[in-house]
Amino acid sequence: MLNFFLLIVIYAGIYALMALGQNMITGYVGILSLCQAGFFAVGSYVTAILSVKLGWSFWATIPVAVVLSALLGVLIGLPTLRLKGDYLAIATLGFAEILRTVINNWDSLTNGPNGISRIPKAEIFGLTIKSKYAYIAVIWFFVLIVYLLFERIAKSRMGRALEAIREDEIAASSMGINITKYKVWAFALGAAAAGLAGCLQALYIGSVMPGTYVFMVSIMALCMVVLGGMGNFAAVILGAFIIQLISYFPQMVGLSNIIPAQARQILFGLILVLMMIYRPQGILGRKERKYRKTTKEASK
Amino acid sequence: MILLETKGLTRAYGGVVAVNRVDFTVESGLITGLIGPNGAGKTTLFNNMTGLDVPTSGKVFYQGKDITGYPAHKICRLGIARTFQNIRLFKELSVVENVMVGLHFKNGEGSRFALALKSFLRLEGEQEQMYRKAMKWLEFFHMENMAEEKAGSLPYGYQRELEIARALATDPKILFLDEPAAGMNPQETESLMQTIRRIRDLGITVVLIEHDMKLVMNICDNITVLNYGQKIAQGSASDIQKDPKVIEAYLGTDDDPSDDDEDF
Amino acid sequence: MSSIAEFFQHLVNGLTLGGIYALIALGYTMVYGILKFINFAHGDILMVGAYLGLFIFNFLRGGSAMGPWWFVAFILAMLASMLICALLGMTIEKLAYKPLRKATRLAPLLSAIGVSFMLSNGAAWAWGTQSRKLDYPFDNTPLNVLGISIAPHQILILVVATIMMVALTLFVSKSRMGKAMRATSLDQSTAKLMGINSDQIISLTFGIGSALAACGGMLIALDVKVYATMGTMVGLKAFVAAVVGGIGNIGGAMLGGLLLGLLETFGIALLGIPTSYKDAIAFAVLIIVLLVKPEGIMGKAEKEKV
Repeated sequence: MLNFFLLIVIYAGIYALMALGQNMITGYVGILSLCQAGFFAVGSYVTAILSVKLGWSFWATIPVAVVLSALLGVLIGLPTLRLKGDYLAIATLGFAEILRTVINNWDSLTNGPNGISRIPKAEIFGLTIKSKYAYIAVIWFFVLIVYLLFERIAKSRMGRALEAIREDEIAASSMGINITKYKVWAFALGAAAAGLAGCLQALYIGSVMPGTYVFMVSIMALCMVVLGGMGNFAAVILGAFIIQLISYFPQMVGLSNIIPAQARQILFGLILVLMMIYRPQGILGRKERKYRKTTKEASK
Repeated sequence: MILLETKGLTRAYGGVVAVNRVDFTVESGLITGLIGPNGAGKTTLFNNMTGLDVPTSGKVFYQGKDITGYPAHKICRLGIARTFQNIRLFKELSVVENVMVGLHFKNGEGSRFALALKSFLRLEGEQEQMYRKAMKWLEFFHMENMAEEKAGSLPYGYQRELEIARALATDPKILFLDEPAAGMNPQETESLMQTIRRIRDLGITVVLIEHDMKLVMNICDNITVLNYGQKIAQGSASDIQKDPKVIEAYLGTDDDPSDDDEDF
Repeated sequence: MSSIAEFFQHLVNGLTLGGIYALIALGYTMVYGILKFINFAHGDILMVGAYLGLFIFNFLRGGSAMGPWWFVAFILAMLASMLICALLGMTIEKLAYKPLRKATRLAPLLSAIGVSFMLSNGAAWAWGTQSRKLDYPFDNTPLNVLGISIAPHQILILVVATIMMVALTLFVSKSRMGKAMRATSLDQSTAKLMGINSDQIISLTFGIGSALAACGGMLIALDVKVYATMGTMVGLKAFVAAVVGGIGNIGGAMLGGLLLGLLETFGIALLGIPTSYKDAIAFAVLIIVLLVKPEGIMGKAEKEKV
């Protein structure tokens, strides 16, 4: 029971990173990207390849993975971000599928369908990260960093510009906002967060396989954003928790023999539909910026 | 002094020529009116001058510089702001935030990276400064008590004014208004006229498309008339009212020119 | 085998595949034409159609030996599956999409993704994860026509796909309902003013689209196996076909489907693209088309009015 709970906390953290990125893209700019699984895979494979084949330390693989994911985000974003909403969803999904096909077939680099295993454990201050508690500390440290960073960006003029783009692209560009630049930036940030999640996933599991990075992963990240509340980073983390809780609930209460694996996925589908109909703003809703009321008096 | 002009500007969509070799000039410090029947190409001309559309041929000059084909955000940064015929506010954002979007690129001089970093580190200070500036513009329109409301929930007349406030926040030299009085009652139109004059008094050149002839004839220093995509007249309000071509465009050839008083 | 015969061999294979894509693409394009949203669950309706067809076919033929009855049973199963899927599509529209007509553009798309997940996982739950084979309703020994080997099931696919497409074209261009459908897709509010019941038209569109998907699903089942996620990739590719042809355009969907089928077949046979990259071809085509001519081959470019 406790074990399962720790597992949930670990996976909630990894997926929260992905969902934070998805929220930057979907919640703020209003772009429905279905590519998080692809960036997640890139992060995982960078960590696996660099640490297993080249003997790099885990920590050194992180910047490479994050930058590479972001660059890939820019590469995918530049052509697709010109497209309208639904087209973009399919195009990004297509990119994720192409990426998975490449990983599956590039045997010399990725070991194909067999994947890469025996990824070395990470060390910090001479201690090896082994216990679930240690993993939780590491993973949630990164969640906190990304959360604070994204929250700050959202509060800044960039966050407002992204929301303006979501509301009305034509009006936003007429206000001096370079919409392409901002969309690509948001896309790159979202991709980087998913890449980071990938590194942590590879570290925790100790191996990578193409079968892990399927479309379902992108859908889960999306569900977390929709459930928690689009445009609210704290809500998205809550969403990640709830979705992971639902995922592991059958095992936690020892009913995994009775409740089939498909049940939770049906439930995710149902959540998407019901949320859209009854509570499209999510559990917590969009976060609004507040300004100090005193500034009004000060201006007089 | 000519602030902005188009030379032989043409915009064709397939076989339809929406704007046909139009020379349009905007004099600094004045209020310029652009009128014409529906479908005459007024909004298309606006779009081609503000970067939302690219001319098929012809040029746009701003302060003597060729800006043809510049993207909208660049044109805005040069000091050309606009509003839209069918109001395009950021509906889910608050009133004050709509104006703050207008202040977006006004973050001082220097390298862009340094500015971004500064903005990131001094977030609260910067946001407070932007908020104060935005509130000043709301005060200009007597809308400061609505600052926290959602833009989409404002009454129609206020939405039009908010759009103007947002455009003014970009600190423009020229302000393009696309049918600012559309859907307003006579009192609201009256107050809009006062507002436009106050904007001109700030030293901002105003260009407007309008169907309300009372407003146009009252406040415009210079009027250009389009019909079927072509410029058919240009001059002061009294010149335009006498121009036989303009009368024909508005009333058709069969009408007696003597009964046009009501329209103008 | 001479190279000319080889060419025709690939042509037949490509057309067979393309015919199926075209049938499925029609559903995407018709819904998009009216509601301007991608029915993500369309591919899963295809899968349901294939399962139902398989069950009904197996039930009807019972223990009988292969004979003319098998073929009749197959056609009956196909019609029944199309009917049930039409009802399924209409029900989904009513429950999951209709409440979202006035919501943001993102909402119905997300809802559709949800429905897609429920259908594919529901099928895996109900019918297991083991894939099944739909038996040929006739002796499927390939015929040799001028050096080209054509399997009878390929002929069946081509014939059925052609009949369906001709029927749909006639329906849309000639019948009252078809005209109302076109009017609704051009301008929903004006169509409403003209006395067209747009709710009914939308429902009908989903019904027809889903029936065509079920038909396509049964035809695919002749070629490959039936399993819970069989619709996902085929659905996505059919969507690509609809976009390539020009989404919202019925002729475009047929053209796009055939084109994509041919591209996939010839891409592997002539350009030497490895078979494992087969699925990537469609997406590469999609991305290229969207960049070069986003409105598709037969579509019209729409520009937002400012």
